[in-house]
Amino acid sequence: MKNNEISTLNAAPTVRQETLEQQYIDLYKEQRESIKKHSSAVMNTSRDESFARFEALGFPTSALENYKYTDLRETLSVDYGLNINRISVPINPYEVFKCDVPGIHSYLYFVVNDAFYPVNDPVHNKLPEGVIIGSVKDVAASHPELLRDYFGKLSTAKNDGLVAFNGAFAQDGFFMYVPKNVVMDRPVQLVNIMRSDVDTMANSHNLIVIEEGSKAQLLVCDHTVDEVRFLSNRVTEVFVGENATYEHYKLENVHTKTTNLSTLLIDQRKSSNVLANVITLHNGITRNTIEIDLDGEGCDTLLCGMVIADKKQEVDNFTSIIHNKPNCNSRELFKYVLDDMSKGGFTGKLLVAKDAQKTAAFQTNRNILLSKTAKMRTKPQLEIWADDVKCSHGATIGSLDESAKFYMQSRGISEKEARLLLMFAFTNDVIENIRIPALQDRMKLLVEKRLRGELSKCEGCVICQ
Amino acid sequence: MSEVLLDQVTQADYKYGFTTDIETDIIPIGLSEDVVRLISAKKKEPEWMLEFRLKAYRHWLTMKIPTWAQLDIPDIDFQSIAYYAAPRKNAPQNLDEVDPELLKTFDKLGISMEEQKMLSGVAVDVVMDSISVKTTFKDSLAEMGIIFCSFSEAVEHHPDLVQKYMSSVVPVSDNFFATLNSAVFSDGSFVYIPKGIRCPMELSTYFRINAINTGQFERTLIIADEDSYVSYLEGCTAPMRDENQLHAAIVEIVALKNAEVKYSTVQNWYPGDKTGKGGVYNFVTKRGICKGDSSRISWTQVETGSAITWKYPSCILLGDNSSAEFYSVAVTNHHQQADTGTKMLHIGKNTTSHILSKGISAGFSQNSYRGLVRINPKADNARNFSQCDSLLLSDKCGAHTFPYMEVSNESAIVEHEATTSKINEDQIFYCNQRGISTEDAVGLIVNGYAKEVLNKLPMEFAVEAQKLLQITLEGSVG
Repeated sequence: MKNNEISTLNAAPTVRQETLEQQYIDLYKEQRESIKKHSSAVMNTSRDESFARFEALGFPTSALENYKYTDLRETLSVDYGLNINRISVPINPYEVFKCDVPGIHSYLYFVVNDAFYPVNDPVHNKLPEGVIIGSVKDVAASHPELLRDYFGKLSTAKNDGLVAFNGAFAQDGFFMYVPKNVVMDRPVQLVNIMRSDVDTMANSHNLIVIEEGSKAQLLVCDHTVDEVRFLSNRVTEVFVGENATYEHYKLENVHTKTTNLSTLLIDQRKSSNVLANVITLHNGITRNTIEIDLDGEGCDTLLCGMVIADKKQEVDNFTSIIHNKPNCNSRELFKYVLDDMSKGGFTGKLLVAKDAQKTAAFQTNRNILLSKTAKMRTKPQLEIWADDVKCSHGATIGSLDESAKFYMQSRGISEKEARLLLMFAFTNDVIENIRIPALQDRMKLLVEKRLRGELSKCEGCVICQ
Repeated sequence: MSEVLLDQVTQADYKYGFTTDIETDIIPIGLSEDVVRLISAKKKEPEWMLEFRLKAYRHWLTMKIPTWAQLDIPDIDFQSIAYYAAPRKNAPQNLDEVDPELLKTFDKLGISMEEQKMLSGVAVDVVMDSISVKTTFKDSLAEMGIIFCSFSEAVEHHPDLVQKYMSSVVPVSDNFFATLNSAVFSDGSFVYIPKGIRCPMELSTYFRINAINTGQFERTLIIADEDSYVSYLEGCTAPMRDENQLHAAIVEIVALKNAEVKYSTVQNWYPGDKTGKGGVYNFVTKRGICKGDSSRISWTQVETGSAITWKYPSCILLGDNSSAEFYSVAVTNHHQQADTGTKMLHIGKNTTSHILSKGISAGFSQNSYRGLVRINPKADNARNFSQCDSLLLSDKCGAHTFPYMEVSNESAIVEHEATTSKINEDQIFYCNQRGISTEDAVGLIVNGYAKEVLNKLPMEFAVEAQKLLQITLEGSVG
């Protein structure tokens, strides 16, 4: 008897970890049919397979090398509700969301929790010919052939617990298709709004296809409405065709009880050009996985990111750029400003495959710690299997430059202003890499407000009030 | 052209390949508690030493071989290795008594002890198959209170020091190979520098794996008491073998207040032949602790050998104002694999560390730098600068960098930079123009590339190291 007690005691931590997954495993087994019923065939085909993978992998823990700086135990132990039966959430995002970017003139779309909000502004959203934007579920009915070639092609092979979980539970997502040689005249803006009265989890699987010679910009904003705990687990697959140009901006401005898990997978073809800019202004726990595969010659990639965090916020950006083909360029720039008890993590994996000669890849990660208790962990990682390459990476962690501060103070600028100026200058080169002028101006304002501790509040916004 | 020359490099032979017929006293292969007891009994160790070994052995049974390194480690059968080999003859008292075969070995190596003694004034503690056979200059050092002897002698004559410091830097349960070493270590060197003493000569040990199928499990312990200084050299070459040999050593350094320890090593174990057959597996745990305030530890390593190198000389900066340095050149050729780097753990205030790592890969080899810089919350004003460069000499090899930086104090400044590039064609062309063959040009360029590190080596080592770089990459490149 006593022996049994001891063995239970010893096994306790594992049991807890198991139950964490167990409730979702049980949920899936019970609700499998409902999940499938409210989804689409294209998402259901690999659902059981994803579930099996999730069962095997479980949620990632910090024991895994790729999740070394992400601790999800606490947030995953919350009992989140899932809207499996797709009951519509009473909200009009057009009413709620007023703090838009002035002058951006975007094609505006909303996803509330994990459901695509029907477009009610057909005039405003008059898209160029051939462009399709909608929910995966709708498009699966109207254009199944578009999804068949792309959906899940990047994600199903990933050996990642969160992606597998998403594959099992995601029922819908955002879909964008830009056909050959179409240049989008305006950016597309996708606003993810989290709205619920109870702790809620949202899983969605987005697909973006930019065909040969096309050009598109997508701005993804994350917002939360209610003061309950949210967890979003989103997977986005992007296919960028030959000679196409794609810009992906992700702006996160959510409350501290939010856990944002996002996986962005980009596949680049010959001579394509991609810019991804991931900005975290205010958050709870954020994990961004960004993986870019350069699968054609002559690709150009610029991956940027910025984090401003204080209180107990945690941000981990895991990035991976894989050069599979020769003659590609990639640049990476990530900047963090960490205050209070915040924790930052950065992984910059850069792999140059055996035959990817003439690769030029540069990576920079700079971090400023403003308080004694803030923590930064950074892990650049170069794996080079070709010889004719130029690769470098640099990483620094430090505090604000005292002599620069002194210089300004000696010229009558207050210490507070001097600090702000330095921090603003520090983050500015990430903002400069935003190629939508209206958004760039807006970001400058938001960052300045954020650095002043004003939480980037803006007039007339229901969310912030 | 480059391919032709590359072929030449890959065909460069291991110059130090030979074996010496010295009778050795080997215990049966395999590892068990009895073997551990047997080793301890053969070495006539006291009870506490046996307890230490058994504790390590029992813990080792619960451990698994680590798999995180960027290495392809073949399955090692720990039961097919003999864990103890000692030259049978009684330890000689002077050079005349040394087995002539052994002396010949050193002649072949070009490090004849006579020459060593006369020319460089280095006291050489030669370790041939795990047991110290000769210690020179011991008396002159003893006059100053310096203890430089084999580990077994230290266990016998200075048990208090050994008990106090052994495993204080590398705990028994530290890692798979360190724990294995703790259980079965054969011998090694022991250095103690008393308070206020500046060791007048470079202390040196040559390690050499000699008996077939014998793992070499060295254990080195260096203690620098307050205000002392010592420079310690270790170098090794191993004869050609077909079967893989396992080397799992531990080096522990303790630097007390104001002490400085300089540790330099040139590693040239047999790397295996062109096809990747054979070669030494080198799994080494090296760690120093800057225990007292203002203490200083410096690691310098030139790694040219071994089929597999798994080695991370590290520093714990515990004392305030302490500093640590790590300088490394790692060259891999043929099918060699190296995963090497350092850890700098800043705990005390105003601590500084400097990392400079140069990797050179050729042939089909894999060369990785893996380093950690951790600034603890209380380590105010810590400063680190790391630089790791990789040079690629063929399109079949790989160069990888895995630096980890973990900072929990806002006053720290931590910088890291890394570059990877191919050998510069323009530089080779420039040399060619001036009548320097491509092969020599590559030698020049590689030596220039590694100069910053080689400069940190003591004179006599720097010469050997330069030669080694040339030999390793001989005939190479284009």
